[in-house]
Parts: sequence; structure tokens; C-alpha cells
Amino acid sequence: MTTVHWLGLLTGIAFGFLLQKGRVLRFEKQVGAMLLKDMTILKFMMSAIVVGMIGIILMSDAGIIKLSHKPMNLGAILVGGALFGAGWAVMGFCPGTSVGALGEGRWHAIFAIVGMIVGAAVYAELYPFFKSTVLAWQDYGKIGLPEALGVSKWVIVPLFTAGTVWLFYWFEKKGL
Amino acid sequence: MSPKSSDGGWSPYLAGALVGVLAIVSVFATTSLLGKGSYLGASTTFVRAAGLIEQTVAPEHVATNEYFKKEKVIVDWQFMIIIGIFLGALVASQTDKSFKLEGVPPAWEERFGPSIGKRAIGAFLGGIVAMVGARMADGCPSGHGLSGLMQLSVSGFVALAMFFGVGILVAGIVYRRRRS
Repeated sequence: MTTVHWLGLLTGIAFGFLLQKGRVLRFEKQVGAMLLKDMTILKFMMSAIVVGMIGIILMSDAGIIKLSHKPMNLGAILVGGALFGAGWAVMGFCPGTSVGALGEGRWHAIFAIVGMIVGAAVYAELYPFFKSTVLAWQDYGKIGLPEALGVSKWVIVPLFTAGTVWLFYWFEKKGL
Repeated sequence: MSPKSSDGGWSPYLAGALVGVLAIVSVFATTSLLGKGSYLGASTTFVRAAGLIEQTVAPEHVATNEYFKKEKVIVDWQFMIIIGIFLGALVASQTDKSFKLEGVPPAWEERFGPSIGKRAIGAFLGGIVAMVGARMADGCPSGHGLSGLMQLSVSGFVALAMFFGVGILVAGIVYRRRRS
């Protein structure tokens, strides 16, 4: 165990603790959001995003940290995103929450975990094929929203925050 | 907004906001201690786990596979996060007695009955499709959803919209009540 591993482990323990306390590890919460009946996971995710966004954009502006965008590869994001959404709906867990669900005793998550490991192995075998097809359509590169829209990040961050607060207000009003 | 949820947990707003703080601390800590900032994510670890397992039976195959070479079959920072999530959830569920051994999710049982086999097949096949998708998209709701949006990445916004958009569509079909 080196610094890298200790740092990862401690971060993971804190992450898992908060995921469990926020009650977002449950199959019911994930499927509930997709059935538009229970917005717990959206409340959780959007709260994390707004807080994280303000801190990360500030630190990046101050030159303390570097942003690391994932490429906006059109085929990858659209086809991959659609496949993930479909599998997520049936499985009722995402990669991070599956191991957490196992931690809180929902041992059926093991079937999802095994499926995802097999899925990763399948992807590794099919990678050369995807690379020459889906992944080769159009890659816009590692772009951020401010550059893509030509708008300052300090316009986007407050707007995003205000929109999120409005969404939360709406969720509470509707009892979602 | 109460700090407690109705099922004895914390408010999702509070727990989520603390994950936001964790993400900030984590990028700062990896930048200053490891020299390179890392953002929260989960799905690459499943590639490494697959590689580690395959290595035990076919080491040459793993060593020559282009994708395993690209992602590197090692136990890294993110791999430890996944182990940590398991431990953190275990501890948290002990502190408020919400730990519960469960073989079939109650909501699944309502729709498909108490068969563990049916649930296993659904979760297994769903897991395969979801992970092929996550690797193709290069991220999951953690990497694209949380970390991507926090950084205002275009890919994060589009990916999260696809995850939820198609998720809503498929969930609507799969969990629609049977007419009885």
C-alpha cells in the first residue's frame, strides 16, 4: 500500500459512507428516478455537482488544479450512453453504487457486479472493432462548455446553480 | 428540508453536498500528493478487475490485448476507491442499522416475483450491456455525471442526458405493470 492506494481507499470509504447515508445505493432509488417517481438520486447528484463545480472551477481558475475533460466523441457518447442507460435500467445499479449496495447487505448486487466485469472483458475484446467504427465517427476532443458556447464559466456556473435550486424547489413541491 | 430522510438516512441534499466537498478535496489531494489531479470515477476499475481475473488463466492474452494495454491492468487509485465504497457503505449501514441481507430488490419482486434466478439473469445481462456502454462512452454516472459536470465538460452533459434519457425509456418499458 503506497500513498496512491491509501488516498484512494480513504476517498472511497468517505464516498461509500455518504452514498449509503444519502440512501442512493438502493435498487428502488435508481429505478425510482428512471420511473420519475423518486428523485433522491438526482437530489444527491445535483447537490454534489453544484458544490463540486464551484470549488473545482475556482481552484482551476486559481491554477491550483487542472481540469481533465473526457473527449466529446460523438459515437462513443451517444451509443455508449444509450447502452449504459438501457443496462442501468434493468440492472438498477451503476458501477459505483453496485459495490456500495453489496456493502449494505444487498447481496444480489453481486450479479450486477459479475455482469459488469464480464461486460468490461467483452468490451476489451471488441475494442478494435469499436475503434474503427463507432469511435471513429466524429471526435470534438476534450472540450468544456464555456469554450463550446463561447460564454464565460462565471455565467454558466451561477445559471446552473440557479436552475438546480429551482429544480429542487419543484421536486419538493411535487413531493418527488 | 430536514437533515434526516424519512427512512433514517441523511437528507440527499446534505449527503450529496458533502460528496461535492469530497470531490474538491480529492482533486486537491491527488494534485498535491500525487502530482496529478484525479477525478472521481468507477467504471475503469471493472476493466482492471476483468484483466486481473483473465490474467490468472490467460496472461499472454491480457498482455497483448490493446484495450487492457491502454487502461493498464493494475490496482490503482480508482480501484482502491471501489474497495473503499464497499467498506464505507458497510460501516454506514451498521451505524444506523440499515444493513439488510436482501436476495431480490423489493421493487423488482413486485414486478417479476421472488425468483433469485430471474433477478440474477436480469442484473447480469443488464450489467454486461451497461458496462460495454460505459467503456464506450469512457465513463459512468460518477466519471461523466459527477466529475464531468463539475468541470463543465461537454461530454459529461451529453453522456448524463443519454444515461437518464434512455434509462427512463427502458425503465418505463421493463417495469410497466402487467395487466392482471
